[in-house]
This record gives sequence, structure tokens and C-alpha cells, in this order.
Amino acid sequence: MTTAIATAGWRFRKPSVLPGFGLTLGFSIAYLSLIVLIPLAGVVWRSAELGWAQFWSIATDQRTLNALRMSFGGALVAAMVNVVFGTLVAWVLVRYRFPGKRIFDAMVDLPFALPTAVAGIALTSLYAPNGWIGSLLAPLGIKIAYTPLGVVMAMIFIGLPFVVRTVQPVMEEIDREVEEAAATLGARRLQTVRRVLLPGLAPAILTGFALAFARAVGEYGSVIFIAGNIPYVSEIAPLLIVIRLEEYNYAAATAVATVMLAISFLMLLVINLIQAWSRRRFGYGA
Amino acid sequence: MVLDIPADRNVAPRSAVTESPLTRMVLIALALGFLLLFLVLPLLAVFVQAFAKGVDAYFAALALPDSLAAIKLTLLVAAIAVPCNLVFGVAAAWAIAKFEFKGKAFLITLVDLPFSVSPVISGLVYVLLFGSGSLLGPWLTSHGIQILFAVPGIVLATIFVTFPFIARELIPLMQDQGTADEEAALSLGATGWQTFWRVTLPNIRWGLLYGVLLCNARAMGEFGAVSVVSGHIRGLTNTMPLHVEILYNEYNFTGAFAVASLLALLALVTLIMKTLLELRYSRAGSLSTPH
Amino acid sequence: MTLNRRSLFLSAVLAATVQFGAIGFAFADITLLNVSYDPTRELYREFDAAFAAKWKADTGETVTIQTSHAGSGAQARAVIDGLPADVVTLALEADINAIAEKTGKIPADWRGKLPNNNAPYTSTIVFLVRKGNPKAIQDWGDLIKDGVQVITPNPKTSGGARWNFLAAWAWARAQNNGDDAKAQEFVTRLFEHVPVLDTGARGSTNTFAQRGIGDVLLAWENEAFLALDELGPDQFDIIVPSISIRAEPPVALVDGNVDAKGTRKVAQAYLDYLYSQEGQKIAARHYYRPFQTEGVDPADLKRFSDLQLATIEDFGGWKEAQPAYFGDGGIFDQIYTQGR
Repeated sequence: MTTAIATAGWRFRKPSVLPGFGLTLGFSIAYLSLIVLIPLAGVVWRSAELGWAQFWSIATDQRTLNALRMSFGGALVAAMVNVVFGTLVAWVLVRYRFPGKRIFDAMVDLPFALPTAVAGIALTSLYAPNGWIGSLLAPLGIKIAYTPLGVVMAMIFIGLPFVVRTVQPVMEEIDREVEEAAATLGARRLQTVRRVLLPGLAPAILTGFALAFARAVGEYGSVIFIAGNIPYVSEIAPLLIVIRLEEYNYAAATAVATVMLAISFLMLLVINLIQAWSRRRFGYGA
Repeated sequence: MVLDIPADRNVAPRSAVTESPLTRMVLIALALGFLLLFLVLPLLAVFVQAFAKGVDAYFAALALPDSLAAIKLTLLVAAIAVPCNLVFGVAAAWAIAKFEFKGKAFLITLVDLPFSVSPVISGLVYVLLFGSGSLLGPWLTSHGIQILFAVPGIVLATIFVTFPFIARELIPLMQDQGTADEEAALSLGATGWQTFWRVTLPNIRWGLLYGVLLCNARAMGEFGAVSVVSGHIRGLTNTMPLHVEILYNEYNFTGAFAVASLLALLALVTLIMKTLLELRYSRAGSLSTPH
Repeated sequence: MTLNRRSLFLSAVLAATVQFGAIGFAFADITLLNVSYDPTRELYREFDAAFAAKWKADTGETVTIQTSHAGSGAQARAVIDGLPADVVTLALEADINAIAEKTGKIPADWRGKLPNNNAPYTSTIVFLVRKGNPKAIQDWGDLIKDGVQVITPNPKTSGGARWNFLAAWAWARAQNNGDDAKAQEFVTRLFEHVPVLDTGARGSTNTFAQRGIGDVLLAWENEAFLALDELGPDQFDIIVPSISIRAEPPVALVDGNVDAKGTRKVAQAYLDYLYSQEGQKIAARHYYRPFQTEGVDPADLKRFSDLQLATIEDFGGWKEAQPAYFGDGGIFDQIYTQGR
């Protein structure tokens, strides 16, 4: 069926024998609109009250830019750390046996279940200069809590499950025969991993990256405890939103939110486009 | 450390289908070290605080009427929000993963969007929509419908925050699986529903489970968005995370971390559900998919 | 058929949701909702019980008082957006003004409807230092000495922090014969000594007490005393500066809501009771300075030391001070812009 492509010019979707396209897509779009798109449109609409000049001056204010850099930069670093270690954790959990494996596996969801404020407090109590880890690092002159590094730590914590849990099910579905075939054909293990396994996992890893990144960008509750929140230094963009709200300036608050939304949307879109491309190129299924 | 090293080391190209024991050990150590630093220690910090004043204080804190009310509310909210997103997630994943259509990446990005919206804003969107100053606000007030600062607002904010979880978990998985199995079932005369229940669902069970678990964990743990729409009325609109904050701010650290530790125990639920599912499917599926 | 089942499910969810919403605010007995700010939890827990007992004795009616505590500004926003508060007891006049302006549920001339500018109790800003005062901090001037770290919440997000800011300003202004430029210089230097800006007063207290950050915490007097009680008198000392500010946390009836709910009488009685001897006694017990001292336990009163107090009127009242000092681009923002 995949070969019946666009010889007939532009077509919304490729023909398929599977049923339910209209129903599922229609329902998805309706639900998406009701829960997400209409409410978010309200945010954008509210920020439009400002007028372009004012909107631009808020968006390009040095303090806003610094806060955006903190949020997006921190999220990027945290997502990259999570991609490496999250994939490793997923691999170890799927492929190896070791004592306590089930418990570690179950604990991966923890960063979601733990309220962000608790996570923030727990991390701060670990990494503050008088905490279990912070007190070990303090003599070395390394400060984590109340610095941008602390922000990244909190972001790693909240983003970890995304990578592990998107990669894990795909890994579990991988057919061992493919690896065996590669081995039979004389591939070394590292080659098999790099040339056979990773391309198949790439879409899931990329998804995990995108989600962990997106989540970290907007994070407030846990970061606020460990950040220090000094303007221009360790102030995150969501805090700026809260500050504007405290001034009853909803328009300015939603302006910062709109900027964040636009940047996140573009980055996610690019990631999803790359992914679609990589799926066509390497994917198993298609 | 017990590793499943093949019994007979002389069987030839072992290194081609798995890693050497040393590599395994290093990888496991790295992964566990990372988990230790980022999961185990924070969790330990929570439990140490929760039990700092002894077991009695721990249970006394949980038995407070306000704590019980918060636990009930949290369970109720999750019980509404998770099924809603489950139906959406499966529908969206079916449409996106099983069909090729234009604008797919765009649609996926829209599904992702709630993740990147700051919790501060995800609560605010409903305030802008239903608040007294909004278009709908006066109509709601005149009809005596309370959405904000009551359960419906909390449910909506929770649905928003956990919106993409199940869909996002299923999409890459179902894309990888392709459509061959379903096509085969259909060609053998199965109906669409039969195909879904008998072929697709068993295939996506792990992804679905992870999705539901994550969605549920996040639904119960959400703080920021719910905080904006809750109104913080003690014993009435405080969910567990909000109650944790309140107790913490009252210098009741034992109580705060006791309630928080309950949320951490959700990980145990994950463990049990996975084990159950594994048992069930290892029996039923042992013929078709030998592992 | 599939469509039907789904729409049935959806409408069931919707119905359940709407129903819970209705239950949320339907009660058999009278209920009052007091929307307050963070540090008043302990005060109102005792006061609410006392008032409920008195109301029962006077009228035979059972009144349940619900309380909601969070940051003062966030609470004001919730009331603006429809939280059905009967009374508001907030940290700042500016927050009640905002409710009055944006909703009309509180009359514009609310301030003065109750005695003492609607402030049944007042407080001030003091220093909390580590036991024995190792950095020898006696007054505001000591806060900008080398090596001293000061903890205060962010004035942009915390009402208490705005009082901190203005108290520091009041001292510096008095030191420099009313020179506001010199005062700004001092406050700018003060904030260079602040390593962490938490979003709320209790957050700062925890940073100072639990995390061991900083040498001095700028705090509400009532919060400082409470911190001694809760976190250990053997760990901290309270230092009273030579000049501070008279912080007036105001209370008000939310006319629009009490009339809609039919709770005006009991809500008014609730606020009046704050001014009664019993109410004042409870306030003093919780380290708030009572508005009148008759009948208040002298032992409680002795804890409040005498000091020179500036007032918000010295800054032109909240209507002027709020935008000038804490608004967007105001003096607090300038401090951080200049510091760069």
C-alpha cells in the first residue's frame, strides 16, 4: 500500500486499508482544540492587547532575554544529559539482569509523581552547602544550589522519565533476530549497536529529547527552590511571568508566555520534522 | 552482582549479540550511579524527613482530616483525567501512527505543546477562559456553575498538563510496529474493532502501560497549574501536592514529607502493575512471542 | 454506535464534573471563606475556632470557617477571578485595592470602614540572625558590611519583602536627612548582599534556617518569633533595628460576595470580632501587634520592643509607592539594571 503514492498529484493522505482514520483523527483534533488550542489561543489573544511595539519591547528586554536564555539553555543541557543517561538506563533495564532491577525500573516515574515543589525542596536539601552532596562539594569550591547549575540539576530530574519511558517500550519490541542476523553477517557488537539498533531507536530517543526539553523549559515549581532567582543570573522565564501576574499585568505575563510558546513550538516542530525524515530514512516499520 | 552471563563461555561469537561482562558491568554501574544521584538520593531525603519524628508522627500526619481530604480529591481528579487522556491518546496514536497524511509533524507538535507550556500558564489559561473577567465568566456565574476554584477547574488543569503523555508514548511505538499485522488481520476477515483489540492492543501493551502510569503519576503530582485554579481552600480544593506545600509552609516538615512520600509510593503501584502485566502476558503470549 | 458510546462517555464525564462543581460550594450550615496570606495560618486557626464558638453562643447557629492561604498577590488575583471570598485578610493594602478596582466587589472607600485603617493588627520588620549574632549585626548599616549575606524574599512576588525594602529605605533616608538618592544607593548595596531571592516569606525563612544560607534574615516580626518557636530558640536570635516600618495587613469585607451568598451579617461580625478584646488577645498571642492593648496579656505585649516606625504614608501611601518602587521598571527593577 505504501507504493500507491502521489502519482495523482496532491492528496491529504495516502490510501490505506485500515479503518478508523476519520473517526480517530476527528476526535483527536476536536479534543485537542477544546483542551489545548482554544485555551492557548486565549493566552495569545490576551497578549495581543499590548500592541506590537509594547509586545516587542517586553520580548526583547534584556531581563526577558536573560531569563529565556536561562530556561532554554538550561533545558537544552538537561535534555542532552537525559538523552545520554536516559537511553543508557533504558538499555540497562531492558537488556540486563541485576539485583533490584525492578525497583529501579519502577522508580523512574518518580519525578512525575513527586510534586515539583517537593522535588525542588528535596534537591535543594541535597545540594545546598549544608546538604548531603553539597557539603561534599563545598570544600572543592563547587556550588550547585542557588546557581544556574542547580537549575540544570532540577531540570534533569524532571525530564529523566521522558527519555527512559519513550525509549524503553521501543527497545522491548526490538526483534533480537535482527541483531543475530547482523552478527551472523559478521558485524561486531559495536557496529550492530551503531548501525542496526541506534537508527531504529533514533525516533524514540529524539521524541524523548524533545519532550524532556519541552518540559524543562516551562518548569517552575522545582526550579524555583534551587535557582536563587537573582535577576539576570539565575532567573527563569516562568518566574518573570509570575512577577508580571503579581503586578496584575496579565497582558505582559501572557506576552512572555507567548514568546516561550512560539520558541518551544518551533523547536518541537523542527525536531518532529527531523524525526519524520529519519523515520522515512531508517525506520523499521514503513 | 548477578549478571546473566551465558553458561558456556566457549560458544563462539557471544560478543556479537551482547556485550562483554565488563562492558555490562560498566554500563550498569553508570546507569545506577546516575539513578542514585538523581532519583534515589532525593527520594531518600523525602523519606528521611517524613520519618524524622518517628513512625507514629508519620501516620498521625496522614490521618489528619485535611490530609485525607487532599488524598481523596487527588484520587478523584486522577480518576477523571487519566481515562479522558487515555481515550484521546489511543485515538490520536492510531490516526498518526497508522496513516500517512500531510501535516503530521505539525499535528504531533500541537500534541506536544502542553509539555512546553509552563505550569504557571497552564493554570492561567483556564483563568483567562472561565474567570470573572473572561467572556464566559459572567454567564457561568449567573448559572451558578463554579469551574475555577472547584473540582472542574482542577480536573481541567490536570487534563491539560497530562494531555500528551499517552499519545506521545504510543506514537513512536506504533510507528515502529507498522501496519502489517493489522492488514493481515483485516485480510483474514477481522473487523476494525477486532483488529484493534486482538492485534494492536496486545502489541502496544507496554507503551500503553507506561503512558498510563506516567499520565497518572503526573496527574497526581501536578502542582503549579493546579495551584493557580484551586483557590487553596483547606480540606476542600487542596490536592496532595498543594497540601504538601501548605504543611511545609507551616513548618510541619514531617507532615509535608509524609504526604509527599505517599506520592513517591506510586512507584510501587508501577512495580505491581508491571509485574501483573508481565505475568499475564508471559502466560498468554508465550507461544506467539518467545523471549 | 462507536460515536454514541463515546459521546455518552463524554457527557457522563461532563455531568460529573459540573456536579462536583456544584457540590464544591453547597453546604448545610453557614460557611465563611476567609482568603488570607501565608503567615496568618496559625493566627486564624485559633481565631476561627474562637469566633465559631462565640457565634454559636450568641445566635445558636453553626458557622464553618474555611481558610485559604497563599501569597498575598496570588490570593487577590484568585478573588478577582472569582474565588468567592467573604472576607479578605491580606498583607498589603495594594492587593485589596486591586480587588476593589478590578471587580467592584469591594467599595473603593473600603479603607476606613473598620478602625485603624482596616488593620486590626500590625507588625514590623526585624532581623533574624544566627545564635550569638556572630556577625555582630545591630542595625541596617551592618547589613552591607563585607562578608554579610542577607536573605529576603523577592519584593516583586512577596508582600513581606516590600515591607523589608521600604523599612531599609526608611532607615537610610533618616540617616541621610531625607535624601532619597542616598537611600537608593544604600538599598542597592543591600541587594548586592542578597544571594537568594525566594518567592515568598516562608521560602526565605526555610532557605535561611534549613539550608543555612545567609547571616541575617529580614522577616516579619511575627514570622521571626514563630521561626524561633518552630525551628528552635537555641539556633537564632531576633535583632530589632533602630528604625523599621509599621506594616499594616488590612482586612475587608467582600461586599459583592457576601450579598450574593447572604452572609453579610456573619462576615461583618467576623471582622468586628478581630477588633474585640478576645480577637486582639489572640492576635498578640500570635506575635501580631494588637491595635488596642486593653485585656491583652501583658506578657505577650512585653515581647514587642519599642522602636521608631516609619509608615507607608511616608512613601505617599501604597497607591503611589507600589508603582514607584515595585512596578515594572520601578526602583527595584532599576537596582538590578544598574547592578549590571
